[in-house]
Amino acid sequence: MPFLQLKNIHHTYFTKSSVTTALSGITLDIEEGEFVSFLGPSGCGKTTLLSIIAGLIRPTEGTVLLENLPVDKAVNKIGYMLQQDYLFPWKTIEENILIGLKLMKTLTPEKRQKALKLLEQMGLSGFESKYPKQLSGGMRQRAALVRTLAVEPKLLILDEPFSALDHQTKLRLEDLVYATLKSYGKTAILVTHDIGEAIAMSDRIFLLSPRPGSLYHSFKVPGLLRELSPFEARNHQTFSEIFQDIWKELDHIEAGT
Amino acid sequence: MKQELKINLLHQKYIQTLIRRKRWVRFYQAVIFLLFFAGWETASRLSWIDPLVFSSPSKVLNLLAAKIQDGSLFMHLGYTLFETVAGFMIGTVLGTLLAAILWWSPFLSKVLDPYLVILNSMPKVALGPILIVAIGPNVSSIIAMGTIISIIITAIVVYTSFKGVDPNYLKVLQTFGATKRQTFMEAILPASFPTIISALKVNVGLSWVGVIVGEFLVSSKGLGYLIIYGFQVFNFTLVLMSLLVIAVFATIMYQLVEFLEKKLIKNSG
Repeated sequence: MPFLQLKNIHHTYFTKSSVTTALSGITLDIEEGEFVSFLGPSGCGKTTLLSIIAGLIRPTEGTVLLENLPVDKAVNKIGYMLQQDYLFPWKTIEENILIGLKLMKTLTPEKRQKALKLLEQMGLSGFESKYPKQLSGGMRQRAALVRTLAVEPKLLILDEPFSALDHQTKLRLEDLVYATLKSYGKTAILVTHDIGEAIAMSDRIFLLSPRPGSLYHSFKVPGLLRELSPFEARNHQTFSEIFQDIWKELDHIEAGT
Repeated sequence: MKQELKINLLHQKYIQTLIRRKRWVRFYQAVIFLLFFAGWETASRLSWIDPLVFSSPSKVLNLLAAKIQDGSLFMHLGYTLFETVAGFMIGTVLGTLLAAILWWSPFLSKVLDPYLVILNSMPKVALGPILIVAIGPNVSSIIAMGTIISIIITAIVVYTSFKGVDPNYLKVLQTFGATKRQTFMEAILPASFPTIISALKVNVGLSWVGVIVGEFLVSSKGLGYLIIYGFQVFNFTLVLMSLLVIAVFATIMYQLVEFLEKKLIKNSG
């Protein structure tokens, strides 16, 4: 039984003057512990798809099952990381990372300790009582990751979490996030514009075509690269071969629209 | 080494220019103050202006000293301050509460929209006579005046701020399964705190208007009463003294709220 099942997902937005189909006929399975990426040009409904997987919006048609349960009943099992950190500026880092546990009313001293430990692993010990604006962009995004992981989600959704960072910070954070997720055995879905990032981090890559968003192609990243950290993977020779393949397919998609 | 010295010197020069400029600003502020009161005094003594209507600073000061000595000023001031503070606090709290209700129910907010526009554009002091008859000619009806004048505008401004909170913050909370109440308490309200405080600042001024007009209408105590009484017995020294006291205390109250603002919203934004 697959961990996450998407069955024939369609989604249409209605406004007074227009009807827009954002997603059409998306069916796929994701195994537990897998890291998959969605790549695609803007307008292919990536964010819509993520919101549907997270159970935040209900698709017009189709179902999403997480461990055979509909996701809108399993909101607490899914962690969501956004493009920017969206740490609450009026809360300290500690209050920020504990907000999920507080909202779910599962804040125990042990869970608090666990969250603080994770913060330490992310190199942020000593920043517990600081406010977000006192931290750099990369540090804030790491704190946001701790906030997401503190509630121990089974599935992690990453919506271009590195796109607002400078290149160096981004590469470092990719390695850190990758290592953290692997060590906890988390299943993760990443959405990105960055082909290299998708190859470096994922086990499988799905290409989406735009308007309406649908599955165009999928790639399996060879085991060779999966063994390596994202940074090492970027320097491997097979990396550029896959990069070329995906580049061509994306060109096809663009040409077709 | 030499370079560093030069930069230090330039920095000190820059600071001195700043200090000098600030001194000049203060100087001219003082000049305006003195010229105004000296001119007023002279014009009054030489009867360039009617001393009966415009009085003079020395008469106002003498009266002020007398009123302080017999303690009656503090009684009047106390009443007015109490009514104003109560008015703008209640107005801000109720206005925010109304904004929360509108945020809670988008349907209700759509339904109420035209009524809010009407209530907002109506001059609230015109409701004075009705309030006084309904509540009675006492402190309560004056506080009601101070409140009613600020409540609708607060509700509109704060509601707009509630709606303007970045939806991504709400998304973060939703992924943790937050209820509507939790979303409000954790994100909407704290994010709108700066707006609420600045509404408080506007409301201080509005409540003074409401309270003074209220005292014109009913009161036998308060600074508004002193003004209307002075007008009735043609004692314009009393009117001007009350105005001066109002100016001073309205400024102090505004500064206090500004101080509170700085203290409270240090970490937002």
